[in-house]
Amino acid sequence: MSQSPSATQSPAAKLPDGRNSYRGGPDEHGHFGIFGGRYVAETLMPLILELEKAYTAAKADPAYGAELAYYLEHYAGHPSPLFYADRLTKHLGGAKIYFKRDELNHTGSHKINNTLGQILLARRMGKTRIIAETGAGQHGVATATVCALFGLKCVVYMGEVDIERQQPNVFRMKLLGAEVIPVKSGSRTLKDAMNEALRDWVTNVADTFYLIGTAAGPHPYPMMVRDFQSIIGTEARGQILKAEGRLPDSLVACVGGGSNAIGLLFPFLDDPTVQMFAVEAAGKGVETGMHAASITAGSPGVLHGNRTYLLQDDDGQITEAHSISAGLDYPGIGPEHAWLHDVGRVNYVSATDAEALEALQLCSKLEGIIPALEPAHALGYVIKAAPKLPKDHIMVMNMCGRGDKDVFAVAGYLGVKL
Amino acid sequence: MAARFAALKTEGRAGLVTFTMACDPDFDTALAILKGLPAAGADVIELGMPFTDPMADGPAIQAAGLRALKAGGRMTRTLDMVREFRKADAATPIVLMGYYNPIYIYGVDKFIADALAAGVDGMIVVDLPPEEDDEFCIPALKAGLHFIRLATPTTDEKRLPAVLEHTSGFIYYVSIAGITGAASADNTAVASAVARLRAKTPLPVAVGFGIKSPAMAADIARVADAAVVGTALVQVIAGSLDGAGKPAKDTSAKALAFVGQLAEGVRHARATKGRVA
Repeated sequence: MSQSPSATQSPAAKLPDGRNSYRGGPDEHGHFGIFGGRYVAETLMPLILELEKAYTAAKADPAYGAELAYYLEHYAGHPSPLFYADRLTKHLGGAKIYFKRDELNHTGSHKINNTLGQILLARRMGKTRIIAETGAGQHGVATATVCALFGLKCVVYMGEVDIERQQPNVFRMKLLGAEVIPVKSGSRTLKDAMNEALRDWVTNVADTFYLIGTAAGPHPYPMMVRDFQSIIGTEARGQILKAEGRLPDSLVACVGGGSNAIGLLFPFLDDPTVQMFAVEAAGKGVETGMHAASITAGSPGVLHGNRTYLLQDDDGQITEAHSISAGLDYPGIGPEHAWLHDVGRVNYVSATDAEALEALQLCSKLEGIIPALEPAHALGYVIKAAPKLPKDHIMVMNMCGRGDKDVFAVAGYLGVKL
Repeated sequence: MAARFAALKTEGRAGLVTFTMACDPDFDTALAILKGLPAAGADVIELGMPFTDPMADGPAIQAAGLRALKAGGRMTRTLDMVREFRKADAATPIVLMGYYNPIYIYGVDKFIADALAAGVDGMIVVDLPPEEDDEFCIPALKAGLHFIRLATPTTDEKRLPAVLEHTSGFIYYVSIAGITGAASADNTAVASAVARLRAKTPLPVAVGFGIKSPAMAADIARVADAAVVGTALVQVIAGSLDGAGKPAKDTSAKALAFVGQLAEGVRHARATKGRVA
């Protein structure tokens, strides 16, 4: 570990051996160091405070925990397996690679972990209308799914550009009974979908619950989404201890807004021997400016209710992100990641569109697993890193989504006409 | 600001607050409109600071911001506009309105100093609620800028004191839960909300969001200390542009004529029999 957690971290965050914990955040105002916070319009402020109160109460209620555990097991399919990728490991000739297989969850990604947690909360709060933003459509599908499960009205905002490249998911959402509203403003991708969802929420304050899909937005969302996604790391920790009798040497996850990454990493943050790598989307290459690498190439700013690393110009205008992966195509990142970067606990690296496409094909052929374009970025990094590591190095990568939704888009990128 | 609202009180009428976006559709046209506003009847001027991601604004003001950015709008140009305006008008209060990120990137201390030097009187920063007051509100107040807070239909009795605590200049009541330029509020509801605010603060109460016409402005002027018109005015500007978004010869004349009609409505609101007591 290069540095200890920032002094602005909550003072209660001490480990039994006296070290500062990396898991004590956020503070009562929703800050992780200088990041996070609640930068929202006054209309939304009372709603966010109400949500925080409801979440705190739910967390303390064993009945809520039991209900969530029930649906995670019997509906979503948890625990998801931890799989030793033998042929990929041999092919790369270095580190021993495990996949945490959250792509096997119901709806095909880790997103269901969070939507189940939030929908049960929405029900406790008596909300009847659910809104969500989506990029790749995975969160939209996971939201539409739980809305169908509980009979709640569902409205999903999705950028026009993303609708074009994620057709299968758009149709899935409609089959599930959701209304998908195309977002035509700005860059017509995830960031604009989030703007529109916020505008909807400001307008429909009485009955509407905003079900945010990533570990970003105003407090308490980054904390709440992290808590719901931590099932990934908690399971993986137990599974690797069982399989190998020890903790892994490194963890790898892709990061856009950062929900699957924080979910895998958070339960290991206080294990000093575990190195962590979060892989941003480098698009056509960080040096081209056509990327979505907010930490690698961005700077701190305030957007969508929180302070974090953003892609922006010198006037504070948000610039467009570029990635082959709609789920990573976002010019910001969750505030806890911004903090974990600043304190040096997690290494933020990147993989390009081309590396992700290459990785997707390799994994499909060697392991019989077609990854989504998002974890294909994590895999792109694994392919670069693993060969340089010793054979006894244990690496766990989060396979956070399956590639079914991407086959048409990937065929297009590879010049194959279906 | 206080002098302006005191004068309005003496005149026995409500004020007209206009909103236009800095550099929309370009610097020169926006400046011509800005300079003409006081003569057309604006009592207080809100000038929008362009931002790519205005999460509380409707399509009209989003589009205005993007037109401004395309025409070279940025924070330094917004302050340039205020500086130019102040050469001829020292009295009309100017409030800059927008989102926090461009201020944060400019640098809070430098921004406050430069805004004061340019002749800015107050600030409305939509995404800075009382919970984030240390960030900008407190230093701005200390330096002598007004910080105008928005109160909304969701601001309940328990929360109102926190909203009012560091508000100065006037309080801006957002008459609907929604984005700018969307639905319009019911006058009776606005009247009771204004009364609720007046019971808790001596500050003037301006009401905005959803005021689309001189008649609606007049209705608000009967119950509030000022009526704020933004989207409707921005739409007049947008409607005058050519297909490429360039201003026509009469863009500023059309905008100022509309302000004149609004001012007429506001000025005579209390002299005529009101629809709302």
